[in-house]
Amino acid sequence: MNAILFSAIWGVLMMFCGAFVKSKAVPRYIALTGIVLLFAMNAMELNSGLPLFNIDPAEMLRTNSFNLSFLAIVFGATLFYFLLSGSEVEKVGEHVAEYFALMFFVLCGISLMATFNTLLILFIGVEIMSIPLYILTGSDKRNLKSNEASLKYFLMGCFSTGIMLMGITFIYGGNPNGSFYINNIPMGTGDMPVMIATGLIFLLVSMAFKVSAAPFHFWTPDVYDGAPTVFTSFMSTIVKAAGFFAFLRLFEQVFGVMHAQWQMLIVVITAATLLIGNLTAVFQQSVKRMLAYSSIAQAGFMLLALFALNDKAKEGILLYSAAYSLSTIGIFAVLLKMEDYTVDGFNGLAKKQPILALVATIFLLSLTGIPLTAGFQAKFYMLMAAVENGQQFWLVIFAVLMAAVSAYYYFRVIQAMYFKEPGTSSLVNSAGNSGFQALLVVLAILILVLGVYPEFLIGWMYHL
Amino acid sequence: MDIKAYIALSLVLFSIGMVGILMRRNAIIIFMCVELMLNAVNLLLVAFSKMHAVGEAAKALPTVASDAQIFVFFIMVVAAAEVSVGLAIIVMLYRNTHSIDVNFLNRLKN
Repeated sequence: MNAILFSAIWGVLMMFCGAFVKSKAVPRYIALTGIVLLFAMNAMELNSGLPLFNIDPAEMLRTNSFNLSFLAIVFGATLFYFLLSGSEVEKVGEHVAEYFALMFFVLCGISLMATFNTLLILFIGVEIMSIPLYILTGSDKRNLKSNEASLKYFLMGCFSTGIMLMGITFIYGGNPNGSFYINNIPMGTGDMPVMIATGLIFLLVSMAFKVSAAPFHFWTPDVYDGAPTVFTSFMSTIVKAAGFFAFLRLFEQVFGVMHAQWQMLIVVITAATLLIGNLTAVFQQSVKRMLAYSSIAQAGFMLLALFALNDKAKEGILLYSAAYSLSTIGIFAVLLKMEDYTVDGFNGLAKKQPILALVATIFLLSLTGIPLTAGFQAKFYMLMAAVENGQQFWLVIFAVLMAAVSAYYYFRVIQAMYFKEPGTSSLVNSAGNSGFQALLVVLAILILVLGVYPEFLIGWMYHL
Repeated sequence: MDIKAYIALSLVLFSIGMVGILMRRNAIIIFMCVELMLNAVNLLLVAFSKMHAVGEAAKALPTVASDAQIFVFFIMVVAAAEVSVGLAIIVMLYRNTHSIDVNFLNRLKN
Protein backbone atom coordinates (compact mmCIF):
# COMPACT_ATOMS: atom_id res chain seq x y z
CA MET A 1 0.00 0.00 0.00
CA ASN A 2 2.76 2.42 0.97
CA ALA A 3 4.61 1.70 -2.23
CA ILE A 4 1.62 2.35 -4.52
CA LEU A 5 0.72 5.68 -2.93
CA PHE A 6 4.23 6.92 -2.53
CA SER A 7 5.55 6.02 -5.99
CA ALA A 8 2.58 7.77 -7.64
CA ILE A 9 3.03 10.88 -5.48
CA TRP A 10 6.78 10.98 -6.15
CA GLY A 11 6.18 10.60 -9.87
CA VAL A 12 3.95 13.70 -9.87
CA LEU A 13 6.53 15.53 -7.77
CA MET A 14 9.22 14.70 -10.32
CA MET A 15 7.02 16.13 -13.07
CA PHE A 16 6.71 19.43 -11.19
CA CYS A 17 10.43 19.31 -10.66
CA GLY A 18 10.81 19.11 -14.44
CA ALA A 19 8.81 22.31 -14.81
CA PHE A 20 10.55 24.36 -12.13
CA VAL A 21 14.12 23.07 -11.84
CA LYS A 22 16.48 24.09 -14.61
CA SER A 23 19.54 22.14 -13.49
CA LYS A 24 20.17 18.70 -14.96
CA ALA A 25 21.74 17.09 -11.89
CA VAL A 26 19.11 18.09 -9.31
CA PRO A 27 16.32 15.77 -10.61
CA ARG A 28 18.67 12.83 -10.15
CA TYR A 29 19.18 13.62 -6.48
CA ILE A 30 15.45 14.08 -5.95
CA ALA A 31 14.82 10.72 -7.65
CA LEU A 32 17.46 9.08 -5.46
CA THR A 33 15.82 10.50 -2.34
CA GLY A 34 12.50 9.19 -3.62
CA ILE A 35 13.69 5.66 -4.21
CA VAL A 36 15.43 5.53 -0.81
CA LEU A 37 12.22 6.68 0.88
CA LEU A 38 10.20 4.20 -1.18
CA PHE A 39 12.49 1.37 -0.13
CA ALA A 40 12.34 2.45 3.52
CA MET A 41 8.54 2.72 3.55
CA ASN A 42 8.17 -0.67 1.93
CA ALA A 43 10.63 -2.15 4.44
CA MET A 44 8.56 -0.64 7.27
CA GLU A 45 5.42 -2.26 5.94
CA LEU A 46 7.24 -5.56 5.47
CA ASN A 47 8.56 -5.35 9.02
CA SER A 48 5.33 -4.48 10.81
CA GLY A 49 2.70 -5.62 8.30
CA LEU A 50 0.91 -2.29 8.69
CA PRO A 51 0.73 0.43 6.02
CA LEU A 52 1.26 4.08 6.96
CA PHE A 53 -2.26 5.08 6.00
CA ASN A 54 -5.23 2.99 6.83
CA ILE A 55 -7.01 2.85 3.47
CA ASP A 56 -9.63 0.22 2.75
CA PRO A 57 -8.90 -1.11 -0.76
CA ALA A 58 -12.14 -3.17 -0.72
CA GLU A 59 -10.14 -6.40 -1.04
CA MET A 60 -8.89 -5.28 -4.44
CA LEU A 61 -5.30 -5.33 -3.20
CA ARG A 62 -3.73 -7.83 -0.89
CA THR A 63 -0.35 -7.43 0.73
CA ASN A 64 1.54 -10.25 2.37
CA SER A 65 5.19 -10.86 3.09
CA PHE A 66 5.65 -12.62 -0.28
CA ASN A 67 4.70 -9.69 -2.45
CA LEU A 68 6.17 -7.10 -0.08
CA SER A 69 9.53 -8.84 -0.16
CA PHE A 70 9.32 -8.94 -3.96
CA LEU A 71 8.70 -5.18 -3.94
CA ALA A 72 11.69 -4.75 -1.63
CA ILE A 73 13.83 -6.51 -4.26
CA VAL A 74 12.41 -4.29 -7.00
CA PHE A 75 13.09 -1.08 -5.08
CA GLY A 76 16.54 -2.25 -4.01
CA ALA A 77 17.45 -3.05 -7.62
CA THR A 78 16.06 0.31 -8.76
CA LEU A 79 18.15 2.04 -6.10
CA PHE A 80 21.29 0.42 -7.48
CA TYR A 81 20.15 1.29 -11.00
CA PHE A 82 19.64 4.96 -10.12
CA LEU A 83 23.00 5.12 -8.35
CA LEU A 84 24.95 3.43 -11.14
CA SER A 85 23.20 4.66 -14.28
CA GLY A 86 21.40 7.80 -13.09
CA SER A 87 24.02 10.06 -14.62
CA GLU A 88 23.59 8.29 -17.98
CA VAL A 89 19.89 9.21 -17.98
CA GLU A 90 20.99 12.84 -18.20
CA LYS A 91 22.74 12.11 -21.49
CA VAL A 92 19.63 10.75 -23.24
CA GLY A 93 17.90 14.06 -23.69
CA GLU A 94 16.68 17.33 -22.25
CA HIS A 95 13.86 16.10 -20.04
CA VAL A 96 15.70 14.37 -17.23
CA ALA A 97 13.07 14.93 -14.56
CA GLU A 98 10.36 13.51 -16.82
CA TYR A 99 12.34 10.32 -17.44
CA PHE A 100 12.61 9.78 -13.70
CA ALA A 101 8.92 10.62 -13.28
CA LEU A 102 8.04 7.95 -15.86
CA MET A 103 10.20 5.44 -14.01
CA PHE A 104 8.34 6.16 -10.77
CA PHE A 105 5.06 5.55 -12.61
CA VAL A 106 6.47 2.24 -13.82
CA LEU A 107 7.25 1.40 -10.20
CA CYS A 108 3.67 2.30 -9.27
CA GLY A 109 2.40 -0.10 -11.92
CA ILE A 110 4.74 -2.80 -10.62
CA SER A 111 3.42 -2.28 -7.08
CA LEU A 112 -0.13 -2.78 -8.35
CA MET A 113 0.89 -5.89 -10.32
CA ALA A 114 2.56 -7.36 -7.26
CA THR A 115 -0.38 -6.84 -4.92
CA PHE A 116 -3.42 -7.30 -7.18
CA ASN A 117 -6.35 -9.28 -5.87
CA THR A 118 -8.78 -8.73 -8.75
CA LEU A 119 -8.26 -9.02 -12.49
CA LEU A 120 -9.19 -5.33 -12.82
CA ILE A 121 -6.14 -4.26 -10.79
CA LEU A 122 -3.96 -6.67 -12.75
CA PHE A 123 -5.05 -5.01 -16.00
CA ILE A 124 -4.57 -1.48 -14.65
CA GLY A 125 -1.19 -2.37 -13.16
CA VAL A 126 0.06 -3.83 -16.43
CA GLU A 127 -1.05 -0.72 -18.31
CA ILE A 128 0.42 1.74 -15.80
CA MET A 129 3.67 -0.17 -16.11
CA SER A 130 3.64 -0.43 -19.92
CA ILE A 131 2.59 3.03 -21.11
CA PRO A 132 5.54 4.93 -19.55
CA LEU A 133 7.85 2.27 -21.01
CA TYR A 134 6.67 3.02 -24.56
CA ILE A 135 7.68 6.63 -23.98
CA LEU A 136 11.04 5.74 -22.41
CA THR A 137 11.84 3.43 -25.34
CA GLY A 138 11.28 6.27 -27.80
CA SER A 139 12.93 8.94 -25.68
CA ASP A 140 15.87 9.31 -28.08
CA LYS A 141 13.63 11.22 -30.46
CA ARG A 142 16.06 11.90 -33.31
CA ASN A 143 17.30 8.31 -33.48
CA LEU A 144 15.38 6.19 -36.01
CA LYS A 145 16.23 2.96 -34.21
CA SER A 146 14.72 4.30 -31.02
CA ASN A 147 11.59 5.42 -32.93
CA GLU A 148 11.21 2.03 -34.50
CA ALA A 149 11.70 0.22 -31.19
CA SER A 150 9.12 2.43 -29.56
CA LEU A 151 6.48 1.86 -32.25
CA LYS A 152 7.13 -1.86 -32.27
CA TYR A 153 6.92 -2.10 -28.49
CA PHE A 154 3.76 -0.01 -28.49
CA LEU A 155 1.95 -2.08 -31.12
CA MET A 156 2.97 -5.38 -29.51
CA GLY A 157 1.98 -4.05 -26.09
CA CYS A 158 -1.48 -2.99 -27.30
CA PHE A 159 -1.94 -6.31 -29.04
CA SER A 160 -1.14 -8.28 -25.90
CA THR A 161 -3.35 -5.98 -23.82
CA GLY A 162 -6.26 -6.76 -26.14
CA ILE A 163 -5.62 -10.47 -25.76
CA MET A 164 -5.36 -10.18 -21.99
CA LEU A 165 -8.68 -8.30 -21.81
CA MET A 166 -10.37 -10.96 -23.92
CA GLY A 167 -9.04 -13.57 -21.50
CA ILE A 168 -10.34 -11.67 -18.47
CA THR A 169 -13.73 -11.27 -20.15
CA PHE A 170 -14.04 -14.99 -20.85
CA ILE A 171 -13.11 -15.82 -17.26
CA TYR A 172 -15.77 -13.39 -16.05
CA GLY A 173 -18.32 -14.91 -18.39
CA GLY A 174 -17.47 -18.47 -17.44
CA ASN A 175 -17.50 -17.70 -13.72
CA PRO A 176 -20.96 -18.44 -12.25
CA ASN A 177 -20.26 -15.96 -9.42
CA GLY A 178 -19.79 -13.15 -11.95
CA SER A 179 -16.77 -11.76 -10.13
CA PHE A 180 -13.32 -10.46 -11.01
CA TYR A 181 -11.88 -11.25 -7.57
CA ILE A 182 -9.26 -13.94 -7.96
CA ASN A 183 -10.36 -15.85 -4.88
CA ASN A 184 -13.96 -15.80 -6.05
CA ILE A 185 -13.35 -17.68 -9.30
CA PRO A 186 -14.40 -21.22 -8.48
CA MET A 187 -12.14 -23.89 -9.88
CA GLY A 188 -12.56 -27.60 -9.52
CA THR A 189 -10.15 -30.39 -10.29
CA GLY A 190 -12.51 -31.69 -12.95
CA ASP A 191 -12.48 -30.68 -16.61
CA MET A 192 -12.38 -26.97 -17.27
CA PRO A 193 -15.49 -25.27 -18.64
CA VAL A 194 -14.91 -24.09 -22.21
CA MET A 195 -15.07 -20.40 -21.38
CA ILE A 196 -12.54 -20.69 -18.54
CA ALA A 197 -10.20 -22.70 -20.75
CA THR A 198 -10.43 -20.08 -23.51
CA GLY A 199 -9.76 -17.35 -20.97
CA LEU A 200 -6.77 -19.24 -19.61
CA ILE A 201 -5.21 -19.60 -23.04
CA PHE A 202 -5.75 -15.91 -23.86
CA LEU A 203 -4.19 -14.89 -20.53
CA LEU A 204 -1.29 -17.28 -21.01
CA VAL A 205 -0.53 -15.85 -24.46
CA SER A 206 -0.71 -12.25 -23.29
CA MET A 207 1.50 -12.84 -20.24
CA ALA A 208 3.97 -14.75 -22.44
CA PHE A 209 4.10 -11.64 -24.64
CA LYS A 210 4.82 -9.44 -21.62
CA VAL A 211 7.65 -11.62 -20.30
CA SER A 212 8.91 -12.37 -23.85
CA ALA A 213 8.61 -16.15 -23.72
CA ALA A 214 8.93 -18.00 -27.02
CA PRO A 215 7.12 -18.12 -29.44
CA PHE A 216 5.99 -14.60 -28.45
CA HIS A 217 9.48 -13.20 -27.97
CA PHE A 218 10.17 -11.79 -31.46
CA TRP A 219 9.72 -8.14 -30.43
CA THR A 220 12.24 -8.35 -27.58
CA PRO A 221 15.64 -8.16 -29.32
CA ASP A 222 14.57 -5.29 -31.58
CA VAL A 223 13.05 -3.28 -28.74
CA TYR A 224 15.90 -3.88 -26.29
CA ASP A 225 18.45 -3.11 -28.98
CA GLY A 226 16.73 0.05 -30.22
CA ALA A 227 15.91 1.64 -26.88
CA PRO A 228 18.51 3.92 -25.24
CA THR A 229 20.86 1.54 -23.41
CA VAL A 230 20.21 3.05 -20.02
CA PHE A 231 16.48 2.30 -20.36
CA THR A 232 17.12 -1.17 -21.77
CA SER A 233 18.85 -1.88 -18.49
CA PHE A 234 15.67 -0.92 -16.61
CA MET A 235 13.27 -2.72 -18.95
CA SER A 236 15.11 -5.98 -19.18
CA THR A 237 15.57 -6.38 -15.42
CA ILE A 238 13.07 -4.83 -13.07
CA VAL A 239 10.14 -4.74 -15.45
CA LYS A 240 10.69 -8.28 -16.64
CA ALA A 241 10.91 -9.61 -13.07
CA ALA A 242 7.64 -7.84 -12.26
CA GLY A 243 6.00 -9.42 -15.29
CA PHE A 244 7.02 -12.85 -14.04
CA PHE A 245 5.83 -12.16 -10.55
CA ALA A 246 2.36 -11.19 -11.80
CA PHE A 247 2.36 -14.20 -14.15
CA LEU A 248 3.17 -16.57 -11.27
CA ARG A 249 0.63 -15.03 -8.89
CA LEU A 250 -2.15 -15.05 -11.48
CA PHE A 251 -1.64 -18.66 -12.51
CA GLU A 252 -0.99 -19.92 -8.99
CA GLN A 253 -3.97 -18.27 -7.33
CA VAL A 254 -6.56 -18.48 -10.09
CA PHE A 255 -5.65 -21.64 -11.97
CA GLY A 256 -3.45 -23.41 -9.41
CA VAL A 257 -6.03 -26.12 -8.66
CA MET A 258 -6.16 -27.32 -12.25
CA HIS A 259 -2.41 -27.11 -12.72
CA ALA A 260 -2.22 -30.57 -14.27
CA GLN A 261 -4.42 -29.51 -17.19
CA TRP A 262 -2.27 -26.62 -18.41
CA GLN A 263 1.16 -27.79 -17.26
CA MET A 264 1.96 -29.21 -20.69
CA LEU A 265 1.49 -25.79 -22.32
CA ILE A 266 4.06 -24.32 -19.91
CA VAL A 267 6.45 -27.21 -20.62
CA VAL A 268 6.34 -26.45 -24.35
CA ILE A 269 6.78 -22.70 -23.83
CA THR A 270 9.64 -23.22 -21.37
CA ALA A 271 11.55 -25.60 -23.61
CA ALA A 272 11.07 -23.36 -26.66
CA THR A 273 12.17 -20.25 -24.74
CA LEU A 274 15.29 -21.92 -23.39
CA LEU A 275 16.22 -23.28 -26.80
CA ILE A 276 15.59 -20.16 -28.89
CA GLY A 277 16.99 -17.71 -26.35
CA ASN A 278 20.26 -19.56 -25.85
CA LEU A 279 20.90 -20.62 -29.43
CA THR A 280 20.31 -17.19 -30.96
CA ALA A 281 22.38 -15.45 -28.26
CA VAL A 282 25.39 -17.50 -29.38
CA PHE A 283 25.46 -15.77 -32.78
CA GLN A 284 25.27 -12.16 -31.59
CA GLN A 285 28.23 -9.82 -32.07
CA SER A 286 26.86 -6.87 -30.12
CA VAL A 287 26.92 -7.32 -26.35
CA LYS A 288 23.75 -5.26 -26.02
CA ARG A 289 21.87 -7.53 -28.40
CA MET A 290 23.40 -10.59 -26.75
CA LEU A 291 22.02 -9.39 -23.41
CA ALA A 292 18.60 -8.99 -25.04
CA TYR A 293 18.66 -12.64 -26.14
CA SER A 294 20.12 -13.67 -22.78
CA SER A 295 17.09 -12.06 -21.14
CA ILE A 296 14.90 -14.41 -23.21
CA ALA A 297 17.07 -17.32 -22.12
CA GLN A 298 16.82 -16.32 -18.46
CA ALA A 299 13.05 -16.00 -18.91
CA GLY A 300 13.08 -19.69 -19.78
CA PHE A 301 14.55 -20.47 -16.37
CA MET A 302 12.03 -18.25 -14.61
CA LEU A 303 9.24 -20.12 -16.42
CA LEU A 304 10.30 -23.23 -14.51
CA ALA A 305 8.61 -21.61 -11.50
CA LEU A 306 5.30 -21.74 -13.37
CA PHE A 307 5.98 -25.30 -14.36
CA ALA A 308 6.66 -26.37 -10.75
CA LEU A 309 4.18 -24.09 -8.93
CA ASN A 310 5.19 -25.08 -5.38
CA ASP A 311 6.72 -23.29 -2.38
CA LYS A 312 10.25 -23.79 -3.68
CA ALA A 313 9.17 -22.09 -6.90
CA LYS A 314 8.02 -19.04 -4.95
CA GLU A 315 11.36 -18.87 -3.14
CA GLY A 316 13.07 -19.38 -6.48
CA ILE A 317 11.27 -16.53 -8.23
CA LEU A 318 12.31 -14.10 -5.46
CA LEU A 319 15.91 -15.23 -5.61
CA TYR A 320 15.96 -15.28 -9.42
CA SER A 321 14.51 -11.77 -9.64
CA ALA A 322 17.19 -10.47 -7.30
CA ALA A 323 20.10 -12.37 -8.85
CA TYR A 324 19.14 -11.65 -12.46
CA SER A 325 18.23 -7.99 -11.91
CA LEU A 326 21.36 -7.13 -9.93
CA SER A 327 23.76 -8.92 -12.29
CA THR A 328 22.17 -7.44 -15.42
CA ILE A 329 22.04 -3.93 -13.98
CA GLY A 330 25.73 -4.29 -13.14
CA ILE A 331 26.76 -5.52 -16.56
CA PHE A 332 24.73 -2.78 -18.26
CA ALA A 333 26.39 -0.16 -16.03
CA VAL A 334 29.77 -1.38 -17.32
CA LEU A 335 28.48 -1.56 -20.90
CA LEU A 336 27.30 2.07 -20.73
CA LYS A 337 30.90 3.14 -20.12
CA MET A 338 32.20 1.32 -23.20
CA GLU A 339 32.97 3.07 -26.47
CA ASP A 340 32.11 0.05 -28.60
CA TYR A 341 29.23 -2.30 -27.79
CA THR A 342 30.57 -5.27 -29.76
CA VAL A 343 32.38 -8.17 -28.06
CA ASP A 344 35.62 -6.97 -29.66
CA GLY A 345 35.09 -3.65 -27.91
CA PHE A 346 35.85 -5.45 -24.65
CA ASN A 347 39.27 -6.67 -25.88
CA GLY A 348 41.94 -6.15 -23.25
CA LEU A 349 39.72 -4.34 -20.76
CA ALA A 350 41.44 -6.13 -17.87
CA LYS A 351 44.75 -4.44 -18.63
CA LYS A 352 43.37 -0.92 -18.86
CA GLN A 353 40.53 -1.02 -16.34
CA PRO A 354 41.17 -3.94 -13.95
CA ILE A 355 38.33 -3.08 -11.54
CA LEU A 356 35.68 -2.73 -14.28
CA ALA A 357 36.81 -6.02 -15.82
CA LEU A 358 36.76 -7.84 -12.46
CA VAL A 359 33.23 -6.76 -11.51
CA ALA A 360 31.98 -7.43 -15.06
CA THR A 361 33.38 -10.95 -14.73
CA ILE A 362 31.49 -11.50 -11.48
CA PHE A 363 28.24 -10.28 -13.06
CA LEU A 364 28.72 -12.53 -16.09
CA LEU A 365 29.56 -15.54 -13.88
CA SER A 366 26.38 -14.88 -11.91
CA LEU A 367 24.33 -14.76 -15.13
CA THR A 368 25.86 -18.07 -16.19
CA GLY A 369 25.15 -19.63 -12.81
CA ILE A 370 28.63 -20.49 -11.53
CA PRO A 371 28.69 -21.56 -7.84
CA LEU A 372 29.36 -18.94 -5.16
CA THR A 373 27.33 -16.37 -7.09
CA ALA A 374 23.66 -15.46 -6.64
CA GLY A 375 22.87 -16.72 -10.13
CA PHE A 376 23.88 -20.24 -9.14
CA GLN A 377 21.58 -20.29 -6.12
CA ALA A 378 18.73 -18.88 -8.21
CA LYS A 379 19.10 -21.55 -10.89
CA PHE A 380 19.53 -24.22 -8.18
CA TYR A 381 16.26 -23.26 -6.48
CA MET A 382 14.41 -23.25 -9.81
CA LEU A 383 15.71 -26.67 -10.76
CA MET A 384 14.99 -28.03 -7.29
CA ALA A 385 11.41 -26.74 -7.54
CA ALA A 386 11.06 -28.47 -10.92
CA VAL A 387 12.47 -31.73 -9.54
CA GLU A 388 10.16 -31.62 -6.51
CA ASN A 389 7.25 -31.24 -8.89
CA GLY A 390 8.06 -34.77 -9.99
CA GLN A 391 6.92 -34.63 -13.62
CA GLN A 392 8.67 -34.14 -16.96
CA PHE A 393 12.14 -34.74 -15.56
CA TRP A 394 13.67 -34.28 -19.03
CA LEU A 395 12.89 -30.56 -18.80
CA VAL A 396 15.30 -30.22 -15.87
CA ILE A 397 18.08 -31.94 -17.79
CA PHE A 398 17.32 -29.80 -20.83
CA ALA A 399 17.52 -26.62 -18.71
CA VAL A 400 20.92 -27.65 -17.34
CA LEU A 401 22.20 -28.32 -20.87
CA MET A 402 20.95 -24.92 -22.00
CA ALA A 403 22.69 -23.27 -19.03
CA ALA A 404 25.89 -24.89 -20.32
CA VAL A 405 25.25 -23.35 -23.76
CA SER A 406 24.81 -19.96 -22.12
CA ALA A 407 28.32 -20.25 -20.68
CA TYR A 408 29.65 -19.94 -24.25
CA TYR A 409 28.37 -16.46 -24.97
CA TYR A 410 28.95 -15.08 -21.47
CA PHE A 411 32.50 -16.44 -21.33
CA ARG A 412 33.29 -14.98 -24.74
CA VAL A 413 33.11 -11.53 -23.15
CA ILE A 414 35.29 -12.61 -20.22
CA GLN A 415 37.80 -14.08 -22.66
CA ALA A 416 37.86 -10.84 -24.64
CA MET A 417 38.52 -8.87 -21.48
CA TYR A 418 41.32 -11.02 -20.11
CA PHE A 419 43.02 -12.87 -22.97
CA LYS A 420 43.03 -10.42 -25.86
CA GLU A 421 45.22 -7.45 -26.54
CA PRO A 422 43.62 -4.02 -26.39
CA GLY A 423 43.31 -2.09 -29.65
CA THR A 424 44.78 1.33 -30.16
CA SER A 425 41.55 3.28 -29.67
CA SER A 426 40.35 4.10 -26.17
CA LEU A 427 38.16 1.40 -24.67
CA VAL A 428 35.95 3.41 -22.39
CA ASN A 429 34.46 6.88 -22.75
CA SER A 430 34.98 7.38 -19.02
CA ALA A 431 35.84 4.86 -16.37
CA GLY A 432 33.53 6.68 -13.96
CA ASN A 433 34.70 8.27 -10.77
CA SER A 434 35.89 6.27 -7.77
CA GLY A 435 32.39 6.38 -6.26
CA PHE A 436 30.98 4.59 -9.32
CA GLN A 437 33.66 1.89 -9.15
CA ALA A 438 33.16 1.46 -5.39
CA LEU A 439 29.42 0.98 -6.00
CA LEU A 440 30.10 -1.66 -8.63
CA VAL A 441 32.31 -3.49 -6.12
CA VAL A 442 29.54 -3.28 -3.50
CA LEU A 443 27.07 -4.73 -6.00
CA ALA A 444 29.49 -7.56 -6.85
CA ILE A 445 29.98 -8.33 -3.14
CA LEU A 446 26.21 -8.37 -2.66
CA ILE A 447 25.91 -10.92 -5.49
CA LEU A 448 28.58 -13.08 -3.86
CA VAL A 449 26.88 -12.81 -0.44
CA LEU A 450 23.56 -13.87 -1.95
CA GLY A 451 25.36 -16.77 -3.57
CA VAL A 452 26.63 -18.06 -0.25
CA TYR A 453 23.74 -17.14 1.97
CA PRO A 454 20.45 -16.97 0.02
CA GLU A 455 18.35 -17.54 3.16
CA PHE A 456 19.03 -13.90 3.92
CA LEU A 457 16.57 -13.00 1.16
CA ILE A 458 14.18 -15.92 1.37
CA GLY A 459 13.72 -15.50 5.12
CA TRP A 460 11.73 -12.33 4.44
CA MET A 461 9.13 -14.30 2.51
CA TYR A 462 8.09 -16.09 5.72
CA HIS A 463 8.50 -13.04 7.89
CA LEU A 464 4.86 -12.10 8.53
CA MET B 1 -30.94 -12.83 -27.69
CA ASP B 2 -28.79 -15.78 -26.81
CA ILE B 3 -25.40 -15.02 -25.27
CA LYS B 4 -23.76 -17.18 -27.94
CA ALA B 5 -24.67 -14.62 -30.59
CA TYR B 6 -22.84 -11.91 -28.65
CA ILE B 7 -19.82 -14.15 -28.15
CA ALA B 8 -19.72 -14.89 -31.88
CA LEU B 9 -20.07 -11.23 -32.83
CA SER B 10 -17.34 -10.00 -30.56
CA LEU B 11 -15.01 -12.84 -31.51
CA VAL B 12 -15.50 -11.90 -35.17
CA LEU B 13 -14.74 -8.24 -34.40
CA PHE B 14 -11.74 -9.30 -32.31
CA SER B 15 -10.41 -11.47 -35.12
CA ILE B 16 -10.84 -8.68 -37.67
CA GLY B 17 -8.77 -6.45 -35.39
CA MET B 18 -6.14 -9.12 -34.85
CA VAL B 19 -5.78 -9.95 -38.54
CA GLY B 20 -5.62 -6.24 -39.32
CA ILE B 21 -2.74 -5.73 -36.91
CA LEU B 22 -0.82 -8.57 -38.49
CA MET B 23 -1.59 -7.77 -42.15
CA ARG B 24 -1.89 -4.00 -42.59
CA ARG B 25 1.19 -1.84 -43.07
CA ASN B 26 -0.15 1.61 -42.26
CA ALA B 27 0.49 2.57 -38.62
CA ILE B 28 -2.82 4.45 -38.27
CA ILE B 29 -4.82 1.51 -39.62
CA ILE B 30 -3.00 -0.84 -37.23
CA PHE B 31 -3.92 1.54 -34.50
CA MET B 32 -7.59 1.45 -35.46
CA CYS B 33 -7.44 -2.35 -35.42
CA VAL B 34 -6.17 -2.23 -31.83
CA GLU B 35 -9.17 -0.10 -30.92
CA LEU B 36 -11.44 -2.59 -32.66
CA MET B 37 -10.00 -5.37 -30.50
CA LEU B 38 -10.60 -3.39 -27.32
CA ASN B 39 -14.15 -2.51 -28.35
CA ALA B 40 -14.92 -6.14 -29.10
CA VAL B 41 -13.91 -6.84 -25.51
CA ASN B 42 -16.12 -4.00 -24.25
CA LEU B 43 -19.10 -5.38 -26.11
CA LEU B 44 -18.59 -8.85 -24.70
CA LEU B 45 -18.12 -7.54 -21.16
CA VAL B 46 -21.42 -5.68 -21.31
CA ALA B 47 -23.14 -8.74 -22.75
CA PHE B 48 -21.78 -10.96 -19.97
CA SER B 49 -22.77 -8.37 -17.40
CA LYS B 50 -26.35 -8.51 -18.67
CA MET B 51 -26.17 -12.31 -18.61
CA HIS B 52 -25.06 -12.34 -14.97
CA ALA B 53 -27.65 -9.72 -14.02
CA VAL B 54 -30.52 -12.10 -14.82
CA GLY B 55 -28.69 -15.14 -13.45
CA GLU B 56 -28.38 -16.73 -10.04
CA ALA B 57 -25.33 -14.76 -8.95
CA ALA B 58 -27.14 -11.42 -9.03
CA LYS B 59 -29.81 -12.69 -6.59
CA ALA B 60 -27.10 -13.25 -3.96
CA LEU B 61 -25.15 -10.06 -4.67
CA PRO B 62 -26.85 -7.30 -6.69
CA THR B 63 -23.59 -5.50 -7.57
CA VAL B 64 -22.37 -8.47 -9.63
CA ALA B 65 -23.54 -7.04 -12.94
CA SER B 66 -22.22 -3.54 -12.45
CA ASP B 67 -18.64 -4.76 -11.91
CA ALA B 68 -18.18 -5.53 -15.59
CA GLN B 69 -19.75 -2.26 -16.68
CA ILE B 70 -17.27 -0.36 -14.50
CA PHE B 71 -14.51 -2.48 -16.03
CA VAL B 72 -15.64 -1.19 -19.45
CA PHE B 73 -15.09 2.38 -18.29
CA PHE B 74 -11.60 1.50 -17.13
CA ILE B 75 -10.84 -0.02 -20.52
CA MET B 76 -12.05 3.16 -22.24
CA VAL B 77 -9.86 5.35 -20.02
CA VAL B 78 -6.80 3.20 -20.53
CA ALA B 79 -7.43 3.04 -24.29
CA ALA B 80 -7.55 6.85 -24.37
CA ALA B 81 -4.22 7.03 -22.53
CA GLU B 82 -2.73 4.53 -24.96
CA VAL B 83 -4.01 6.49 -27.95
CA SER B 84 -2.37 9.69 -26.73
CA VAL B 85 0.98 7.97 -26.35
CA GLY B 86 0.63 6.00 -29.57
CA LEU B 87 -0.27 8.99 -31.73
CA ALA B 88 2.68 10.89 -30.24
CA ILE B 89 4.96 8.03 -31.25
CA ILE B 90 3.52 7.98 -34.78
CA VAL B 91 3.95 11.76 -35.11
CA MET B 92 7.55 11.45 -33.91
CA LEU B 93 8.17 8.77 -36.52
CA TYR B 94 6.53 10.83 -39.26
CA ARG B 95 8.77 13.82 -38.46
CA ASN B 96 11.86 11.69 -38.96
CA THR B 97 10.88 9.56 -41.95
CA HIS B 98 7.91 11.38 -43.57
CA SER B 99 6.12 8.06 -43.71
CA ILE B 100 3.91 5.99 -41.42
CA ASP B 101 4.44 2.75 -43.29
CA VAL B 102 5.67 0.11 -40.88
CA ASN B 103 7.58 -1.65 -43.69
CA PHE B 104 9.89 1.32 -43.53
CA LEU B 105 11.00 0.03 -40.17
CA ASN B 106 13.60 -2.64 -40.71
CA ARG B 107 16.77 -1.03 -39.49
CA LEU B 108 17.02 -3.25 -36.43
CA LYS B 109 16.99 -6.53 -38.27
CA ASN B 110 20.69 -6.75 -39.08
